[in-house]
Amino acid sequence: MTLAELKRGQQGIITDVSSVHIPLKLLEMGCLPGNLVELVQVAPFADPMYLNINGTHLAIRKETAIHIIIETAHE
Amino acid sequence: MSKQINVALIGNPNTGKTSVFNALTGLNQKVGNYPGITVEKKEGICKLPRGVKAHIIDLPGTYSLNASSLDENVVIELLLNKNDKDYPDLAVVVSDVENLKRNLLLFTQIKDLKIPTILVINMSDRMAYKGISLDIDYLEQELKTKIALISTRKNKGINELKELITHYKELSTEPCLDASSIDESYFENLRKAFPNQLLYKLWLVITQDVNFGKTDRKTYDAVEDFKTKSKTDLKRLQQKETIKRYQFINETLKKGQTIDLNSAKDLRIKLDRILTHKVWGYLIFGAILLTIFQAIYDWSSIPMDFIDSSFASLSEWTKNTLPEGAFTNLLAEGIISGLGGIVIFIPQIAFLFLFISILEESGYMSRVVFLMDRIMRRFGLSGKSVVPLISGTACAIPAIMATRNIESWKERLITILVTPFTTCSARLPVYLIIIALVIPEGRILGLSYQALTLMLLYLIGFGAAVGSAWILNKILKIKSKSFFVVEMPNYKLPLFKNVALTVLEKTKAFVFGAGKIILAISIVLWFLASYGPGDNFNNADTIVTEQYASENLTEDELHQKIESHKLEHSFIGIAGHAIEPAIRPLGYDWKIGIAIVSSFAAREVFVGTLATIYSVGSDEEETIKNRMAGEVNPILGGPLFNFASGISLLLFYAFAMQCMSTLAVVKKETNSWKWPMYQLVIMSGFAYIVALVAYQVLK
Ligand SMILES: Nc1nc2c(ncn2[C@@H]2O[C@H](COP(=O)(O)OP(=O)(O)OP(=O)(O)O)[C@@H](O)[C@H]2O)c(=O)[nH]1
Ligand SMILES: [Mg+2]
Repeated sequence: MTLAELKRGQQGIITDVSSVHIPLKLLEMGCLPGNLVELVQVAPFADPMYLNINGTHLAIRKETAIHIIIETAHE
Repeated sequence: MSKQINVALIGNPNTGKTSVFNALTGLNQKVGNYPGITVEKKEGICKLPRGVKAHIIDLPGTYSLNASSLDENVVIELLLNKNDKDYPDLAVVVSDVENLKRNLLLFTQIKDLKIPTILVINMSDRMAYKGISLDIDYLEQELKTKIALISTRKNKGINELKELITHYKELSTEPCLDASSIDESYFENLRKAFPNQLLYKLWLVITQDVNFGKTDRKTYDAVEDFKTKSKTDLKRLQQKETIKRYQFINETLKKGQTIDLNSAKDLRIKLDRILTHKVWGYLIFGAILLTIFQAIYDWSSIPMDFIDSSFASLSEWTKNTLPEGAFTNLLAEGIISGLGGIVIFIPQIAFLFLFISILEESGYMSRVVFLMDRIMRRFGLSGKSVVPLISGTACAIPAIMATRNIESWKERLITILVTPFTTCSARLPVYLIIIALVIPEGRILGLSYQALTLMLLYLIGFGAAVGSAWILNKILKIKSKSFFVVEMPNYKLPLFKNVALTVLEKTKAFVFGAGKIILAISIVLWFLASYGPGDNFNNADTIVTEQYASENLTEDELHQKIESHKLEHSFIGIAGHAIEPAIRPLGYDWKIGIAIVSSFAAREVFVGTLATIYSVGSDEEETIKNRMAGEVNPILGGPLFNFASGISLLLFYAFAMQCMSTLAVVKKETNSWKWPMYQLVIMSGFAYIVALVAYQVLK
């Protein structure tokens, strides 16, 4: 599934990031395969999304989140 | 004494670089808990032990050496240009102990540039709270550097840092890891082609986005031929490089850092559950804004009344004490009343700065960005545009510079263009005095009508900004990738010292900046109002005496008539009457016209200008407000400042582009006169039309 489908409070592990769509800056902030991601809070319409990636707290737009593939712990 | 050492402070946004800078140099640069407070290079001198001096350079924060916005670019430009006079002999990488992993990415990149590097781990006061402990010796060895564990808040470790800076020559310049292993053959070829160049530097120049940067390209032009790889390939390599660096960092921190989650406390989660909530978040944001306006009104009225009457008596006292003459008149009527028109607003402006500074220092600003992004995007803005729009309520100039951390050029340009619509503190004096004159006192639901009117004006300014952004978004054909990441910093208790300093500095800048302009304009205006050409002015005595000979006027009344006749025929009166036809439909007289024209230098001149014009030819001790209330409309009779003309003036000031300094800064940030000229013409034209309609409808 993609990061955009994560529910509030849910956690997942990033498995793949599309390097074409994801700016380098986001990768450098820790959005890399293998890292733990948690959806802390969502704004109305689930956009933007407030994330905790590996201890870094940041907000990104949904249009970016759909290019990040994750796996939830209970799958 | 040896030569000065150039020391650059480099680090991720919001790690406390400016706080370290202030601690080292004793200066007071602005600090705030929002990533992107510093947007340009700042310099200062630090005295080190043994008489050595260091030239310290504070830089904007950057997540890596791959710039993606303008403020980050400043750092890369400096580090890639060995000929720059500020090229650092020593890089001090400032990191936040709570985000060490991410902060070290940049550190490893700097190490690859083979600049002597010290690692500062700041905010050590937070370690116990977060359950973090560090093995400094191990980290120093793995990272091949010296570490200073400091807390600028608790003023710990600064001397140790100074000591390390003094001995910078002993630092190792060895890289932490070998980045070229991501593609051995490619880098091998590079090395062969440019044997004398630093490999990592070449790599940075090859991969930097050409959109940015005026990095001295000539030196590297040769590299252009070396772009044998496609853009996507390069990007994949950069990704690989990032992963490799993180692998190294993770390995290092596994041994060097322990985090005891049980003793870690997190206030953030609890606060964010409410403050960024879909419903509560917006309600709280609204309530905060409402409180600010109420406070600006209620809390500052007492000091303001005091200042107002003090200036009136000071002016009167000057007149009575100094020998009569032109100079005394200039001092009493022009300068003192002009300055009074500014000093009176210090309480309100200080309150405004206080609130903005608390919002910034607490970390709340990023939450507002988060809450507003989606809404702002509809209008072609970014959530990050909220910060300039809010800080624009203090002054548009720093606000426009604060747009530098917006990644997309189109969103940034639109933000720059619409920011001057937000109600800046220079409009406040105009609003306040006119509201006091034309809006009745009284309350509804505990909020005064006057405070509500003020709030409405702020909303109108904000609405105009957003509305014009929407239009600009439709008509500007600029292709630029829209992309948005904002870091959500921890909440922090605002540091009293930081807040107080910001308020003090900003208020001082406001008073002195405006003071200078007002002084100059008052003097010019006073001369123009006190002298005039021709018979009508010079023989005013005889003309008026003859005119009123049949009426039995008292000495005083006659004197009054003469003075006002003189004013009408002074230079300023003549100029005013010349422009009167243009502004009469808006409900103004020529004196207001002059005030509006001089406001194009800076809006806050309005009150001072009127004060100067009114005071020429009146001997009474009078506050400026009472004087304005006493003005009579020359044609219709009745008070000049009535509801219709008052609203018309308010709206004119809400929309008109009347600030030269803002135009200059827009020119600088957009690199062309085109945009500021558009702003001047379109905003002021729109202001005129709105004011015209308002007056004609309401009168
Ligand atoms: N707890 C704690 N907070 C600190 C310390 N040093 C700085 N801060 C706070 O961290 C925040 C950021 O500080 P700045 O000095 O503005 O950081 P910066 O790195 O210059 O930030 P940018 O210019 O935005 O990149 C402010 O709210 C400071 O008050 C410290 O030692 N301990
Ligand atoms: Mg700073």
